[in-house]
Amino acid sequence: MSRVTQPSKVSATIIYVWLVIAAIVLLFPVLLTVVGGFLPSSDLLQQPPNLLGHFTLSSYLSALQQTTVPLGPAFANSLFVGITMMVAQVVTSCLAAYSLVFLRNPIGKLLFWVFMATIMVPYEAIVVPNALFVRSLGIGDNRLSLVLPFLAVGFGVFLMRQAFKQFPNELRQAAEIDGCGHLRFLFTILLPAVRPSLTALAVWSFLQGWNMYFWPLIIASGDNSLNTLQTAVFALKSNEFGDPGILLAGITITLVPTLLLVIFGQRWLIRGFTAGAVK
Amino acid sequence: MNSADHDRTSRSGSRHATDSADSSASPVTDPDSPVPVSVTASPTAAPARSVPVPARRRRRRWSPRELALALLFVLPALAGVGTFVIFPLFQAVFLSTRGSDILGNPTRFVGLQHFEQLLTPQFGHILLQTAEFTLIVVVAGVVLPMLLAAPISQPLRGMRVFRTLFSLPFAYSASTASVVWLLMLNPAMSPINWALRLVGIAAPGWTTDSNWAIVTVAGVTVWMVSGFNILVLGAGLAGVDEDVLEASTIDGASGLRQFVSVILPMISPSVFFAIVTTTLTALQSLGQVQVMTDGGPNGSSATLVYSVFDNAFHNNNSNYGLASAQGLVLLVVGVLLAVVQFGVIERRVHYR
Repeated sequence: MSRVTQPSKVSATIIYVWLVIAAIVLLFPVLLTVVGGFLPSSDLLQQPPNLLGHFTLSSYLSALQQTTVPLGPAFANSLFVGITMMVAQVVTSCLAAYSLVFLRNPIGKLLFWVFMATIMVPYEAIVVPNALFVRSLGIGDNRLSLVLPFLAVGFGVFLMRQAFKQFPNELRQAAEIDGCGHLRFLFTILLPAVRPSLTALAVWSFLQGWNMYFWPLIIASGDNSLNTLQTAVFALKSNEFGDPGILLAGITITLVPTLLLVIFGQRWLIRGFTAGAVK
Repeated sequence: MNSADHDRTSRSGSRHATDSADSSASPVTDPDSPVPVSVTASPTAAPARSVPVPARRRRRRWSPRELALALLFVLPALAGVGTFVIFPLFQAVFLSTRGSDILGNPTRFVGLQHFEQLLTPQFGHILLQTAEFTLIVVVAGVVLPMLLAAPISQPLRGMRVFRTLFSLPFAYSASTASVVWLLMLNPAMSPINWALRLVGIAAPGWTTDSNWAIVTVAGVTVWMVSGFNILVLGAGLAGVDEDVLEASTIDGASGLRQFVSVILPMISPSVFFAIVTTTLTALQSLGQVQVMTDGGPNGSSATLVYSVFDNAFHNNNSNYGLASAQGLVLLVVGVLLAVVQFGVIERRVHYR
């Protein structure tokens, strides 16, 4: 960057003014979310809301204590969904990608295109048959029904395949000649080498699971104990719309893991994706 | 087993020379690698094509053991997408030709009746509203992040802080973003209505006015996708070749002109990636519609995806046949858009 000419004083000023204005407009909802949960309704229900109002924990206490939409079980469900989807997608994607890249079989290319084709299918096009199928399994009251359709995804296979393909073939052959078996090669050499893509997939699949809304909405409509935080927020909205403080407290609880991931994990995400997709 | 091993050693000598060329070229020229990475062979990679038999693609007979392992490894992922993506696709076709009883169980064959129901003005409205929604989200959802990512990539103090701040909407889900924005637009507290009143504009009924509802939901979706797109476009801008930039500055290019004719072509892969992913996101946006307007008022903000949800799951409608037919329309629209994007727009993308 040093060789690039610094913008002049005038253009630097214009840039800062523009960015600050944009930040105020675009980040006001974020500010309202985080601060609003600590304010009483009397401060929030003003136009504009008084974000410098009286600090209170009552909204958080009410949000956690109300029993209409219990947030504790919803939190546990969200955590289960996020972690299960992350682990399952990483494992299934890595195994499949390894097979596609390093193991020979006559239908390897066909299998690759099958996975690619599944990426093209919008989830909403198949949600009806999936809902009927999962309901017919008779596990409607089990957490497993929240994640069952998402244990393997074509996108994960694609991402890991792109990463594996960039592993130098000579090193692979050297390992093979040294008598390194497939499993040992996969776990001790290959996976550490593609850690950026691996981390990106893990972060991405956790975010997907944690933020998923349509599927839990369908599943939890049959059994409220299967609410995730996402569907709980919607249920809170329907029940507690008079009290924005409680709503914002519930939303902040829902946002904590994803905000942390976006703030501290964005470099992994971008590095992992750009390695395969934007080159 | 034996013959394969023999084959490997006997060729190793001749392979040696080709290996380096092949491995350096593979990320660019790999013919079966789909989407962004493949496409145009760069000039540097071209010579690799003349190499007779690259090592990777050399035919080798597969051993039964390797075949078994290959299938075993691919099985979990294949079983997953097979059960929950491919099989349901056929089931959706089946369901779309069936009627359903009150509980939603498929009944008799009704032929193309559900698809004929799609030839009504109501569904025409839904398609038009989907197009309007998608257009707003894709155009504004890529242009706005560009207007932020471009200044952020300048060598100035504090830009990393701005980048992190602007990426925060990425953390919001459909339901959290929707509820926060409902509060932002709630007349009892709306800071936006307040700001508009300061400049003498009366705020519309954002989610209650049928002229505004879909624009409002699209606006919230733009906000949601802006976080991710700033990161994508920012990564593209960070990779801009400084030598080229310097050369164009010496040639007198600056400002908007330099951005349009020098920088934009260089970051076109990132822009293309943002356009493709944003289109998919827009087409599949359900939560925002369902939470903010529930398709209303009077169906004015119902999109294709919302209509699938509405017919299948809303108010125990359980019209699975019609919902499946609409889901298939969504699939066709998605594939057509992808074909257009990869076939037409991607030709203008420069991959280095």
